[in-house]
Amino acid sequence: MRYFTEEHEWIEVDGAIGTVGITEYAQGQLGDIVFVDVPADGRELAKGDEAAVVESVKAASDVYCPVSGTVLEGNPALADQPDLVNSDAEGEGWFFRLTLSDETELDDLMEEAAYEAYVAKL
Amino acid sequence: MRYLPLTPADRTEMLAVIGAPHVDALFADVPEAARLDGPIHGLPNHATELAVERHMTALARRNTVAGEVPFFLGAGAYRHHVPATVDHLIQRGEFLTAYTPYQPEIAQGTLQMLFEFQTQVARLLGTDVANASMYDGSTACWEAIGMARRITRRGKAILSGGLHPHYVSVAKTMARYTGDQLETALPNLSADTDLDQLIAAIDDDTSCVVVQYPDILGRIADLRPLADAAHAKKALLIAVVTEPVAMGALVTPGEMDADIVVGEGQSLGVGLQFGGPYVGLFGCKEKYVRQMPGRLCGETVDADGRRGFVLTLSTREQHIRREKATSNICTNSGLCALAFSIHMTLLGEAGLRRLAGLNHAGACHAADRLAQVPGVRLVTPSFFNEFTLDLGQEARPIVRALADRGILAGVSLGRLYPGEDGLANGLVVAVTETTTAEDVEALATALQEVLA
Amino acid sequence: MTINQSGWKPEMTASDAGTAPATFTGNRALMLEEPLIFEIGSTKTTGVDFAAGDVAHDRLGDLTRKNPIGLPGLAEPEAVRHYTRLSRQNYAIDLGLFPLGSCTMKHNPRLNEKMARLPGFADVHPLQPVDTVQGALEVIHQLAHWLVTLTGMTSVAMSPKAGAHGELCGILAIKAALEKRGEGHRRVILVPESAHGTNPATAAFAGFAVEDIPATADGRVDTAALIARLGPDVAGVMITNPNTCGLFERDLRTISDAVHDAGGYVYCDGANFNAIVGRVRPGDLGVDAMHINLHKTFSTPHGGGGPGSGPVVFSDALTPFAPLPFVERQGDHFVLVEEENAGDHHADSFGRMVAFHGQMGMFTRALTYILSHGADGLKQVAEDAVLNANYVLRSLEDVLDAPFAGAGPCMHESLFSDSNFAEGFSTLDAAKGLIDEGFHPMTVYFPLVVHGAMLVEPTETESKAALDQFIGALRSVAERAKAGDPSLKTAPHHAPRARLDETRAARKPILVWKEPEAAE
Repeated sequence: MRYFTEEHEWIEVDGAIGTVGITEYAQGQLGDIVFVDVPADGRELAKGDEAAVVESVKAASDVYCPVSGTVLEGNPALADQPDLVNSDAEGEGWFFRLTLSDETELDDLMEEAAYEAYVAKL
Repeated sequence: MRYLPLTPADRTEMLAVIGAPHVDALFADVPEAARLDGPIHGLPNHATELAVERHMTALARRNTVAGEVPFFLGAGAYRHHVPATVDHLIQRGEFLTAYTPYQPEIAQGTLQMLFEFQTQVARLLGTDVANASMYDGSTACWEAIGMARRITRRGKAILSGGLHPHYVSVAKTMARYTGDQLETALPNLSADTDLDQLIAAIDDDTSCVVVQYPDILGRIADLRPLADAAHAKKALLIAVVTEPVAMGALVTPGEMDADIVVGEGQSLGVGLQFGGPYVGLFGCKEKYVRQMPGRLCGETVDADGRRGFVLTLSTREQHIRREKATSNICTNSGLCALAFSIHMTLLGEAGLRRLAGLNHAGACHAADRLAQVPGVRLVTPSFFNEFTLDLGQEARPIVRALADRGILAGVSLGRLYPGEDGLANGLVVAVTETTTAEDVEALATALQEVLA
Repeated sequence: MTINQSGWKPEMTASDAGTAPATFTGNRALMLEEPLIFEIGSTKTTGVDFAAGDVAHDRLGDLTRKNPIGLPGLAEPEAVRHYTRLSRQNYAIDLGLFPLGSCTMKHNPRLNEKMARLPGFADVHPLQPVDTVQGALEVIHQLAHWLVTLTGMTSVAMSPKAGAHGELCGILAIKAALEKRGEGHRRVILVPESAHGTNPATAAFAGFAVEDIPATADGRVDTAALIARLGPDVAGVMITNPNTCGLFERDLRTISDAVHDAGGYVYCDGANFNAIVGRVRPGDLGVDAMHINLHKTFSTPHGGGGPGSGPVVFSDALTPFAPLPFVERQGDHFVLVEEENAGDHHADSFGRMVAFHGQMGMFTRALTYILSHGADGLKQVAEDAVLNANYVLRSLEDVLDAPFAGAGPCMHESLFSDSNFAEGFSTLDAAKGLIDEGFHPMTVYFPLVVHGAMLVEPTETESKAALDQFIGALRSVAERAKAGDPSLKTAPHHAPRARLDETRAARKPILVWKEPEAAE
């Protein structure tokens, strides 16, 4: 089940594990992605914490954690292929996986249709 | 005035285009209370080129010129012979008056030079990569400590007693703001470096150990055991090289597994200049490249497939990253880096090795001659081009007495470590390819007289 | 996530190489291609002659360097050609107008270079006994006097090595002052959103939390918002005046008074001092610390990226905290005040920022320049700088969007935006088009408060003819951008290189040269 934030992060939830990335809309706004700084394994994140940084040629943008939890792993493919975020932001270009600590936080997030309506108005 | 091309007619015409009656109208936003009634008082008006030359030349004449007397000062700044070509090339307007290469299509001259410089520095220091230079060796050193903190996420840095006291002082000043905890020590006036003490001090809270090579007394130590000890505790080894010519003769810190090697490039191309501008060297292992401070030049291609160079990894820098930058530095020391690079290119590897050999040979000869002076003992049996003598009495007044006789005899440890009685008899003497046998003889003779 | 759009996606369409025939060498007449020294040099070649003599390696403690280093050498003629060819691929002030906003790319006088090279300045060691360097110390003292008097301040720290280093110096002095008063809990520094990135970076380094102050519609700091935010947790404010939109902050005195009343300090970024030098003294506006870029206002050369020099002037309040070392006059003698003789007078100094004393080579150049202009000349410098910028503004406001042009004059730089360009055309395209016209582009995408910002600072050393040519070129490029001329997208066409792939350089950084056999 996939949820979205107003800050253009997505989280795909499977049981208690969430996979987090940025949306297709966000990658299009950022330009060529050159580097992603993913969180370290084991890091504890609260909802809204700065979890990652995505760098384009001349700018860096912060990525916030949509829900609280503990990081399982950052996407190892991004080290050599940061362009995955441009080509497949909502698939292979995922940033990190974490174990959720409070599933009720998902209630505050948008589902796909709501996010699409939100983006259409930007 | 010769630097101002606008004529009164131009100004009138331009004001008409702007629609202002007088240039004062363009300063209307300055509050009344801050407006002045004319040029600022207490300062002279303009002067001709001839008058300014006279004024500055008179000031220049009141300094003792290193090249005109027997000269033996080092301690972080060294007098080497810079080929005439270097100074002519750096004064080409396209180098001298160019800006930071942010528009790479019309800055390939600067950018290619920086790529060559980075490669030369990395090879000289024995590191994988190097940046496009820092302000100087002392700021490069504290930036390295900050980089070690970011990489290890630890806050305790151990600084060798052999590290230049100014570099230690800068690190201490900055540590108050970064929260780094520094362990520092004084050197001993002996042949032994503090390598063993450093190894013993490394623990699980250590971010880095910082050691100078050769050190402030000129001593050389094998850094491999120190690198191993640091790495065993997941700390970094930072080596500081204040005399890059030494790398023409000595195994490099990079080859001894140092993680970060910083230094002062002034010896090559730059000249003494009473302390600045100098050029900081900064090299490190490939895996740490995104944590490096300072500008970086990288190779790429243009839209037509031709090789070119650009500033890269800019998101580390503060004009982009603002609060989250890897450091505070904005500029590099561009023209000094160019001078360094040109000098290095003229030398080449064979020339650098020969230059280093001449320096060392001259220093060996001088050390032996000076150790013959009654009361003088050579403290450092191994050294590159700088060694320490124990004069048996306080060295600082001796240096002043010798200066009165027209000899610049070196740097006393009393000047570097005021108030430290255990070091007060020490004199650090530097010898380069510019030092003649006559200079050494003059120093030895005068030293003998003054010590008696 | 935050979406920081300054990243852009570089257009990488190949330019049309034109119908000119290819050459054997790849050269195009005077546009000469030049390989790397690693491709043309040899580790066995040297362009330096050495005296004959023994070359001993006997006291290196078994640490002789044995492995090959990989440093190529060139004979002198080859070296001269290599660097001369490289130099010709650079734009420079000596070639033409260099309109970079807030950089003050004024003419770099050659008398500066001659004076800096006098052996009495160039061939002097920083640790020589002070009696042997009285002339050098006096240069520093004289320059310090000029800087303090021009700014109406009390003292100056000469040691910072660049502008950003000077900002750090000023902020650390403020921090030291607060700690001395027992007010180290003041953690917040207020910074206008139009500030240069070094400002918040410096404040963050010193342990402060940075809060943005918005701008008003007329491009200046929102004074009411700033004053409203003052309180016992605010250490001070970092403000640029004139600001990065090229406008004089009229309320600076009011702001300073309010900040002082609330127990804080005012740091002024002096990058734009060229607009007011000799006409306005920041000390009269309540500033506590201001860095001065000698390589901007005072004509020391930019050198392709440095070295700079960033002395910091201080008010009475911050003078006790100024860093070591500095020069003091004692009778007719000059001394260097360092750690050992800081004594009681300077016990509160926050410490040393750099080895030795600062950028002496830039001090001799700046003093030479200042003596040449004098107080009357420097006032004329500011007036001509402001006149030139306003002339550019009024000559282009009909074709380029100038957000603040209606509200009054600008100072030494004028700000434009790309908001009236055709769909899909941006400031980046205009900048690259300007390159083909024979100019270095203006500052682009800064300040962030305006869309597609273009900040133009001509400086006072441009003639009216040079300005007119620049204005014509920028007008032409702007019209092409508004019309959506597709050839702008592939500009520059005439430069030594077409647009370069910065994405590739960042994704796969190649920072040093590697021998081809060893390359992967």
